[in-house]
Amino acid sequence: MANSPAHRRPSRRKARGAGIVPWLFISPWILGFLFFTLGPLMFSFIMSLYDWPVVGARTFVGLDNYTTMLRYDPQFWDSLWITVKFAALFVPLNIILSFGLAVLLNLNLRGTAIFRTAFYLPSVISGVALVTIWSWLYSKEYGLLNYMLSFAGIEGPNWLGDTGWAIFAITIASLWGLGGSMLIFLAGLQSVPKELYEAARISGVPPWAQVIHITLPMLSPMLLFTFITSIISAFQQLTIALLLTKGGPVGSTYFFAMYIYDNAFKFHDMGYAAAMSWVMFLIILVLSMLVMRWSTAWVYYEGEVKKEGGHG
Amino acid sequence: MTEAPNHIGLEKGHVDLAGLRIEGLVKSYGPIDVLKGIDLDIRDGEFVSFLGPSGCGKSTLLRSIAGLEGLTDGAIHLGARDITDLPSARRDIAMVFQNYALYPHMNVKKNMSFGLSLNGMTTDEIERRVNEAAEILRITELLGRKPKQLSGGQRQRVAIGRAIVRKPQLFLLDEPLSNLDAGLRVTMRAELAALHERLGVTMVYVTHDQVEAMTLSHRVVVLDKGRVSQFGTPLELFHRPANLFVAGFIGSPRMNFLPAYLTDQTGRSVTLTATAMTGALTIATSGHSPLDAGQPITLGVRPDRLDIVADGTGHLTGTIRLMERLGTESHAHVALDDGTMLVVITDGTHPARAHDRVGLTIPPDAAHVFDASGLALPRQLDAETERLIQQQ
Repeated sequence: MANSPAHRRPSRRKARGAGIVPWLFISPWILGFLFFTLGPLMFSFIMSLYDWPVVGARTFVGLDNYTTMLRYDPQFWDSLWITVKFAALFVPLNIILSFGLAVLLNLNLRGTAIFRTAFYLPSVISGVALVTIWSWLYSKEYGLLNYMLSFAGIEGPNWLGDTGWAIFAITIASLWGLGGSMLIFLAGLQSVPKELYEAARISGVPPWAQVIHITLPMLSPMLLFTFITSIISAFQQLTIALLLTKGGPVGSTYFFAMYIYDNAFKFHDMGYAAAMSWVMFLIILVLSMLVMRWSTAWVYYEGEVKKEGGHG
Repeated sequence: MTEAPNHIGLEKGHVDLAGLRIEGLVKSYGPIDVLKGIDLDIRDGEFVSFLGPSGCGKSTLLRSIAGLEGLTDGAIHLGARDITDLPSARRDIAMVFQNYALYPHMNVKKNMSFGLSLNGMTTDEIERRVNEAAEILRITELLGRKPKQLSGGQRQRVAIGRAIVRKPQLFLLDEPLSNLDAGLRVTMRAELAALHERLGVTMVYVTHDQVEAMTLSHRVVVLDKGRVSQFGTPLELFHRPANLFVAGFIGSPRMNFLPAYLTDQTGRSVTLTATAMTGALTIATSGHSPLDAGQPITLGVRPDRLDIVADGTGHLTGTIRLMERLGTESHAHVALDDGTMLVVITDGTHPARAHDRVGLTIPPDAAHVFDASGLALPRQLDAETERLIQQQ
């Protein structure tokens, strides 16, 4: 907004009009962004510097919320550790499974269209409905999952009631939404020129090596994207844990996001919750930056070299 | 592979040469027959082109030889081996693709060596082969670059290099020059010819460009709707086309055709005339089975063999509709009085202009005669042309 109309002379009315009109056209988005995204974002930072109960006096406490969190709140570290464990399970599984499914769907076998829809369907189902279904499946006595396992002679665990199993139960339920990343991989697979594989076939490159040396590098930008978005969604995991286990048993699925939620809406300590949100933001930011930096070693972009030396 | 010690042996005489024999090859996609029974015998070290319009099946035939397409019926032999059911990798072939099919994330060297290293070849051997191929193709200084950093011609060289390092018995090239601009295409054409000369290996080349086919090949397979229309030397196709399709396809501008009918046939000569024609034309053949007197026949004359003469003389009369001046030659588009359009190639400075009435003469030795089914009557050629055809 360097050319703000206010700095112009009244005589240049035409130019002034031209300056305002474009802004008017984009104003619905700009206003929405200012009031509903950037505003609350900045506001939450200010909040994080206050002792901010939902009702009652607000006191400026500087960085107290942050120091309390880092030095005097074992619950913060516990919930962070649980979230990291979850991410360590969820991120690789999400990438491997959605990539594997995409490769299978790309083989053009019979019924591909049906499976493609089936795998994507959970991604469009509302989270609450999805969790309700999973809570039935996981039920120790009446759950479908343990019923099926009983056929194989396995006595299924208490999925949601066992401190060891609950985090796996949540991971599995989260993976149900891998349809989105699967579609991204599928689109990527279909954009790899067929001739690359044919050339490899003629050169005697076995199929597994074609996947490793051709498919994976060609899909590396999609892998990077999925990697980062998976990390973000893992750290933001709230819905499934909140509805399925409520953080239990014995806090074994008490995720970072749930601790923020409780601080804000149960303990009504908005300032502390805001501070935690900013810490989460910083963690995700740093992780994403590390992944991006590391990615230059393995991500190949189609257009990258072109800019430097293409003289086609 | 027989090779002298300490010699990499990519060049002529150090590769097992092998002819390619195709018998009764049929390829169908569902109810559609793309290749309807192909028989070909390609000799050791020969350069053969598959030429034809789009959809004639030339690429499918090449891909069948490569093992990228399964056959519906028929057999393929390479040298003494039956490769019909062998996977591509074990056929001992290499293929160059139209769009080069270079691995974009690998540098030139890796592109060339990728297949070799996965097949257990020693690093030393790979190094030697890549370096020699790079030297032959003059791309040594490009070995560290990625495909995106190369020009079209350089990419093409890398694609060929990737084929060379395999030391295959057979090279398959699928329209390798069609993505290059006109000037580069001419240069690469000459380089391909030189490469074939140097390697001496059997090469099969798919193209829709007759100039490429004619200039590069020992022999050309003209394909039409999934069948071999004619298999012969370039000059044979030009001077003795086997049928109307080949006659019309080879040569540019294309051969002129006139509907005609037989008036007489004695021994090795036929006399014919056409509705648009004044008088008759007696043409010598090199021997043909007698024609049915009543059947319609087609007279073909190449544009460069028609001569423009004064109105009222010659075999044909018409009006010039368009005179295209190309410098060294002029193309006159002549509408005969019955509406048939002919093209005549004449001198670049020929004085005739559009709207002029002209006569045209047909030298009898320039005439091609096709029977009702479109098959050519074998032409009587002069001794020199005959010798040239055979020499090729």
